[in-house]
Amino acid sequence: MDSLQNQPHDLLRVEGLKVAFPLLRGELTAVDGASLRVLPGKITALVGESGSGKSMTGQTIMGLQPVQAMVSGRVLFDIGKAEPLDLLGLPRDGRMIRAIRGDRIGMIFQEPMTSFSPLHTIGNQLSEALRLHRPMSRSEARERCETMLARVGFPHPGRVFDLYPFELSGGMRQRAMIAMAAICGPSLLIADEPTTALDVTIQAQILALIRDLQQERGLAVLLITHDLGVVANLADEIVVMHRGQVMEAGPTAEIFRNPQHPYLRGLMQAVPVLGAKGRVRLRPLREIPAQGILELARMSQQPVAMRAPGARPLVSLRDVTKAFLPRHQSWSLISSNAEPVTAVDGVSLDIFRGECLGLVGESGSGKTTVGKLLVRALQPDSGSIIFDDGHDVVDIGEAEGKALDALRTRIQLIFQDPVSSLSPRMTVGNILSEPLDVHRRGTPAHRRQLVMALLRAIGLSEGAASRFPHSFSGGQRQRIGIARALALAPEFIICDEVVSALDVSVQAQILNLLKDLQKELHLTYMFISHDLGVVNYMADRIAVMWRGKLVEIGPRDLIMEAPVHPYTRALLAAVPVPDPSRPLDIAAARTPTAKAEAHWPAAFREVRGQPVRMADLGGGHLVRMQVLAEPHDLPSRRVVG
Amino acid sequence: MSTPNPLPPPGAELTHYVSPAPFDPMAEPAGATTGLENASQLRLMWIKFKRHRVALISGVFLLLFYASLLITEFLAPYRLDTRNLDFIYAPPQRVRLFHDGSFVGPFVYGQTMHLDMTELRRIYTDDPTNVQRLRFFCRGESYMFWNLVPADLHLFCPAEGGRVNLLGTDRLGRDVFSRILHGARISLTIGLLGTLVSFTLGIVIGGIAGYRGGWFDHGMQRMIEVIQSIPSIPLWMTLAAIIPLSWSPILVYLGITVILGMLDWTGQARAVRSKLFALREEDYVLAAELMGAKSSRIISRHLIPGVMSHLIASASLSVPGMILGETALTFLGLGLRPPVTSWGILLTETRGVNIVALYPWLLWPMAPVILVILAFNFLGDGLRDAADPYR
Repeated sequence: MDSLQNQPHDLLRVEGLKVAFPLLRGELTAVDGASLRVLPGKITALVGESGSGKSMTGQTIMGLQPVQAMVSGRVLFDIGKAEPLDLLGLPRDGRMIRAIRGDRIGMIFQEPMTSFSPLHTIGNQLSEALRLHRPMSRSEARERCETMLARVGFPHPGRVFDLYPFELSGGMRQRAMIAMAAICGPSLLIADEPTTALDVTIQAQILALIRDLQQERGLAVLLITHDLGVVANLADEIVVMHRGQVMEAGPTAEIFRNPQHPYLRGLMQAVPVLGAKGRVRLRPLREIPAQGILELARMSQQPVAMRAPGARPLVSLRDVTKAFLPRHQSWSLISSNAEPVTAVDGVSLDIFRGECLGLVGESGSGKTTVGKLLVRALQPDSGSIIFDDGHDVVDIGEAEGKALDALRTRIQLIFQDPVSSLSPRMTVGNILSEPLDVHRRGTPAHRRQLVMALLRAIGLSEGAASRFPHSFSGGQRQRIGIARALALAPEFIICDEVVSALDVSVQAQILNLLKDLQKELHLTYMFISHDLGVVNYMADRIAVMWRGKLVEIGPRDLIMEAPVHPYTRALLAAVPVPDPSRPLDIAAARTPTAKAEAHWPAAFREVRGQPVRMADLGGGHLVRMQVLAEPHDLPSRRVVG
Repeated sequence: MSTPNPLPPPGAELTHYVSPAPFDPMAEPAGATTGLENASQLRLMWIKFKRHRVALISGVFLLLFYASLLITEFLAPYRLDTRNLDFIYAPPQRVRLFHDGSFVGPFVYGQTMHLDMTELRRIYTDDPTNVQRLRFFCRGESYMFWNLVPADLHLFCPAEGGRVNLLGTDRLGRDVFSRILHGARISLTIGLLGTLVSFTLGIVIGGIAGYRGGWFDHGMQRMIEVIQSIPSIPLWMTLAAIIPLSWSPILVYLGITVILGMLDWTGQARAVRSKLFALREEDYVLAAELMGAKSSRIISRHLIPGVMSHLIASASLSVPGMILGETALTFLGLGLRPPVTSWGILLTETRGVNIVALYPWLLWPMAPVILVILAFNFLGDGLRDAADPYR
């Protein structure tokens, strides 16, 4: 036995795996002869875009593929015997495979919100996983679970044991999920997009945790992800999948240094990265043939000259505050005395004509609320949002009637979700002409011409006008969403996480399109994103939000290369770079963010009774700090990355 | 440096493998072209609906049944009120094709009746010498088509001087088969009209509650809860009692329709409300608001089309309830009254146990009730599945 373990061998070996689904006509091959392996105690990353078959591979290894799937090939798993076991040969959901699931192989899913049962405590679910495979007493199980919870970074495991999943944040749940997957001491962990739903700082912590477990316990990991940055930081070996086939495989350093296959090369060029390199025009996998932008500019009714950059800001927010009341029970007619949640807390900033202002922050930082205030989907509780186009000065929060109607044509929003943002019951032509119909722009013939011009500008054929949104891919739908926002020839467009639902290869397309449109149509953008690489690529200036407050704002280069506020620094440090030679600072990531504020230098801490202000560091660089602190109290600017 | 196999031998160092497969960035992913690119919502629904075999068959069945209401007088061999005093409580006659080993086409044997004086009942026996061939597309009993045009054409009629009672006769010697066909007119339309009433109430009330929310929504929700908590039969009885005895049968019919509709709208309203709540959160509704569209446009262009398919499905599921409601009310003697004839009226004849024991063919009106209700349920099921073609 021992000698066997010392021999070089594969822990998991997938040979020629094929998974197909019967369709109305023919069949759909999701995985097409994929082969890969995971060495004991090593991390193999399975990389691919959506639809590449990577998740299906992971599920099939566990025997969790849909019932109608037709599977062939071999999945050899080492169980410490002379011959590895072929998992595909086991009866579906039989005793053998169930003994392996959870015991020998643990699994972590993408969505921490839905992977726990809401009705049972964390401890209950953890000890269930444990006692299924290792019969033991309750108290013994509790002890083992608490040890595991402590190991994944809960300071008070005894308390967490008795909590319900809803009492934990997303990152905490993902930790608990890892504890559950690892509780029986499996030799393999399948992690399907374990950090995709998390904020960057939390992502860095989870990555650090997975790495620690791997090193301490000799845990092998099959990491399924689309994020090359995550891969570069964690993986020992990489397998790149595309349409169910393995395109390229190799050791991490080799793959990143010398990508060979045109698909992988294209993928790597399409990812926006931090640093100066990230500002070179991206090369999308598929260029879109968009030539109609100039024509569109000609057809728009606003004369371009009016949009020359001016000294006065186009939009200025002053002390804008917005709070939400927690949703109370519908039958309580008397007002509840629940504390309102302040989503936006005294934000002041200017957006200048023709620029792209990036707004970054983690979930819950209030950046989307700022976007909604700017398009008047919400009204601020206090403060003013002045829109000044050189002729009229309007307060966006106060406008009513005609002024509001006019405003609606000047400011538009592009949505995050390309599925939900287009009505499934209207043709693309109707969707694009709806804004024109609403505002009775031009004759029907002119509207039709404009719709065609819009379609050409986003690189779709005119035939698209009679089709329905369901027949377009995510990237094409997002382009249609952009065209709809452009229909009324607005000058200010808010892009709310416009590429976060898209694959990287499509992301580059959309970003380039937005850039071209901005240049030709003289647009002003507010670009809201949690992805610092994307913001680095798009924005001229960057504003950073933290818990509803603006903590730092300045020109992109200053924010990216010489951030001052500790929160900005933490954000930047947590971004995984798709380059194995620039690994994440794992030690820094181990500090939980909830406590991060306590580690900040005194000048930045938010203390009751200590007034704060935006200190001007020169060059348009402002940072939130205590009034009493002097700029020279700041830690010296240093270049990160 | 590339090897044809991406897998090294077990445990060996991984070499850099590059797939020889070409990469065409413009190629469409497999399965992307379904030939449905230009398909509208309706067409997608239809394609999905067609796959639900039972629902499709049910739909065709219902369509034919409803179409038959237009020509009931032609299909039925007898009028609603035609009596044959010689044949009271006669059992169903079997349609035969062969007589004495030779083919004669569809015919029935004539029957002779004698009174069994010990059991005091009429006994009918087939008379094999009396072959009565059915006639088709024939001149038979005269009737007023749609109460307007005098006519006497029938799909089939008995032989000259003979009779045909496929499902027997009742206590007045009336043909049960003809009465079922005539009763369908009332029973089937009461279901549709009642659903129309409840549908309209449901869309308007549920729509306002769903779009406006606030106090109106509150009030409506509480009201619906109260209405739904009242036991239905006493409530029906109360409402039916309000209908004055002096009303003409047709007014009673309309009154019953409204009563059924008034009690059923609550479920519709809730469905509309919750669906609107969900739709209001969709980004495309916000997009319409942000382009400056008025509420009326948003409701009519975006919200109502979004809920319509679901509404039609749930409406088709509520028709059976209406039909059953009418049948139950009438059976209790609270609904329609003769001479209006519905399936419920026909079934009131079967209230005695002795009837069920002696004249079981009087229960035949239950067959169309069951068939129609099943068909509506299957149809509604299929429509509901088809209503969301993107799943």
